Amino acid sequence: MLEPFFLRALIASLGLAVVAAPLGCFVVWQRMAYFGETVAQAGLIGVALGLALQMDVTWGVLIVALAVAALLLWFSRQKVVALDSILGLLHHAALAAGVIATSMIKGAPVDLTGFLFGDVFAVTGQDVAIILIGGAIVLAIVAWLWQPLLRLAVHEDLAAAEGVDRELVRTAFIVLLAVAIAVAMKIVGILLVMAFLVVPAVAARPLSRTPQRMVALTALIAAGSVISGLWLSATFDSPGGPSIVLIMSVLAAISLSWASLSRANRPRG
Amino acid sequence: MSQREGPAAPALAPCGHGSGHACAHRHGDASSQPVDSVALISARGICVSRHGRDLLIDVDIDIHAREIVTLIGPNGAGKTTLVRVLLGLERPDRGVVHRRRDLKIGYVPQRFDSDIAIPMTVDGFLRLGGSYSDTHINEILEHVDAASARHQQLGELSGGETQRVLLARALLRQPNLLVLDEPVQGVDYSGEADLYNLIARLRDEAGFGVLLVSHDLHIVMARSDRVICLNHHVCCSGMPEAVAQHPSYGRLFGAEAARAFALYRHHHDHSHDLAGMPKPAAADEAGGDGEPSRPARGDE
Repeated sequence: MLEPFFLRALIASLGLAVVAAPLGCFVVWQRMAYFGETVAQAGLIGVALGLALQMDVTWGVLIVALAVAALLLWFSRQKVVALDSILGLLHHAALAAGVIATSMIKGAPVDLTGFLFGDVFAVTGQDVAIILIGGAIVLAIVAWLWQPLLRLAVHEDLAAAEGVDRELVRTAFIVLLAVAIAVAMKIVGILLVMAFLVVPAVAARPLSRTPQRMVALTALIAAGSVISGLWLSATFDSPGGPSIVLIMSVLAAISLSWASLSRANRPRG
Repeated sequence: MSQREGPAAPALAPCGHGSGHACAHRHGDASSQPVDSVALISARGICVSRHGRDLLIDVDIDIHAREIVTLIGPNGAGKTTLVRVLLGLERPDRGVVHRRRDLKIGYVPQRFDSDIAIPMTVDGFLRLGGSYSDTHINEILEHVDAASARHQQLGELSGGETQRVLLARALLRQPNLLVLDEPVQGVDYSGEADLYNLIARLRDEAGFGVLLVSHDLHIVMARSDRVICLNHHVCCSGMPEAVAQHPSYGRLFGAEAARAFALYRHHHDHSHDLAGMPKPAAADEAGGDGEPSRPARGDE
């Protein structure tokens, strides 16, 4: 029989796996993994904010994630320094600032491990409800924006010339991404949240010929990783979030190896 | 906005820009002429500078329905920037762009890095632009000679196939303005002439206007109604042959280009006078060294 805490962990992570699938695919398609990483790591500042204001840290993470995303978009307007250099600088700065901020919270010392790597077995019934309801809303918006999002991902100028409002659609996507990061933070932690989004999508890519199929496969791979990761965690007493991400990474490595092998064997022409 | 009647009479309109005519130094009104609201797209006094360099200086351009306008100029002359401004992808620092309300653009971008990050078939890519029937898609693909690519992955296409698929996608939208930025990149030499012939034929059938960008010369010109020679400012514009003989064109493209164009002329038994009317071959256009001080306007 499944313990209630284990069941909560399972439902929460499975729900997250499904919601993360389309977002993770778009992150891969738009080469925004590093962008997401920076936004996620800034989440630790949000944790400190949440603790300081004595509110749910999810809100703190969401607010800071949105603020950092806006800052990054603003930085990307200048064309002198490449965005990836800025991201390389900022994601360390954000992490450092987050660690300092949490250390300065009055009261009992903050256990950073839980925020950095998540504590999937500590999710409450309320967390599960937030993930399921929030997840359904995020999925609905992604489905609604699917066409313009995909057009932008394929070729931004082409989409814009054909009349897609790129500012609006991109802003909407970043807000959704920030929401997903804030919600997923409790399960896999801010250091692993982007892996939770991106790694299953990477694993699904070589096996997909259409974007729809890639999203479906990503969800399947993520769900499978959640189940086996939690089993691994329960059996060997390994930390939950990292176990899930490790399984995902193994699947991605297998998929990429297969792609490399089949490409090498395929005659070009 | 003045309503102008009738089609634009393409004529040679040379200009001698002084070097001190940069946007930043310009005073007074942004454009000395109102936009042409009959045109599909009409732009006046477009100025764009980036990093302190003037990319476009006081450029005027009109593109009318059923008209093939070719924008030529050396690399780095600001051709793509001008196209991006006209398409609304980039905001000019100065100047106005007027797009006709019913304007529907089919765009074939200069660069399309067949992106393998997204798994997508040609069929899926074509369907992204709107909802089209199976037969319609097949028809258009046959038209551009890319029917065999329909179920291939976008990332597996050759340069020429990619261009034809992009053209198919633009045509599927049933545009009234087709914009092609350097459409022959990655297309071999004979494919180039085929492509331009195809575009001209489709223009005759569907009646859209065409804005063609190229740094490549004589084959483009043979199919153009009007050529605009751009090197940050409009150097000259008008009928293809008139532009080819204009001194500023020779300065930009050199003797080789002149020879290539002479080759093209050889196939014709007539040339055009300043108003675009055919006249006997021997008569040459007066390109003129007397340099008027106004920017070229193709619609005059």
